[in-house]
Amino acid sequence: MVYLTRKCEFSASHYYYNPEFTEEENQRVFGKCANRNGHGHNYTLEVTVKGEPDPLTGFVLDLKQLKEILNTEVVEPFDHRHLNREVPEFADQIPTTENLAIAIWNRLHRKLTMAKLHRVRVYELPDLFVDFYGET
Amino acid sequence: MKAHLTRRYIFSASHRLHCDALSDRQNTEVYGRCNNPHGHGHNYALAVTVSGQVEPATGMVCNLADLDEAVRREILHRFDHVNLNLRPEFSSSVPTTENLSRLIYDILKQNFKAAHLEKVRLEETAMNSFEYAGGAGFRS
Repeated sequence: MVYLTRKCEFSASHYYYNPEFTEEENQRVFGKCANRNGHGHNYTLEVTVKGEPDPLTGFVLDLKQLKEILNTEVVEPFDHRHLNREVPEFADQIPTTENLAIAIWNRLHRKLTMAKLHRVRVYELPDLFVDFYGET
Repeated sequence: MKAHLTRRYIFSASHRLHCDALSDRQNTEVYGRCNNPHGHGHNYALAVTVSGQVEPATGMVCNLADLDEAVRREILHRFDHVNLNLRPEFSSSVPTTENLSRLIYDILKQNFKAAHLEKVRLEETAMNSFEYAGGAGFRS
């Protein structure tokens, strides 16, 4: 089994706010992230797929196809967007890095037929990232 | 849904690798330049990985502020800008990065309960790093 990782970047704004919490609870739990004017990050996404290299091509999968899927499913809908307001998954979910990793996994999992998705890693900052392996 | 969250921290400390049970000559052979009696230092980069269910109300595995506070209180406060050899934790062991990563894991395991501690990764320099998961295997 060979593991292949492809990286891409997107920049987006968001805020953390649970309408079922009081204003004080939102402040206590989410701190500065609760500011409903939003703030933003440069996100880095690393997608790892696994598979046996094809004997003919030597590829686990065609990187062009993976790049195309990443563009259509992630970069295009997320880059320079407001996650709370413009990405449907976050109409009723808080766009934390955890939920972002899960949403990206779900989007890629549907489209990736040529290799098995192993891990989605989302960096919100160089010193903070979340890994999701599709575990319930 | 179960997710893994990793946060990175930096601290700087000095140490000398020296084992009292070995002769001076053996210490030089085993530890080389790290055995210099005056010690030397590193900027350590510590990556702490925790895991757990993503709480629907918050979208979080655990509150990052709580993790930061625990690492600041238990690790950075203890090890940043100190001579590791003089810390009581190293009174009877050599402050190699292997031993330091194991110690950090054990301290965090005892003092941070808000999520499951998966592993710690300690980079001593940009060229070498150590990972410890409490004796369990782990997924990279």
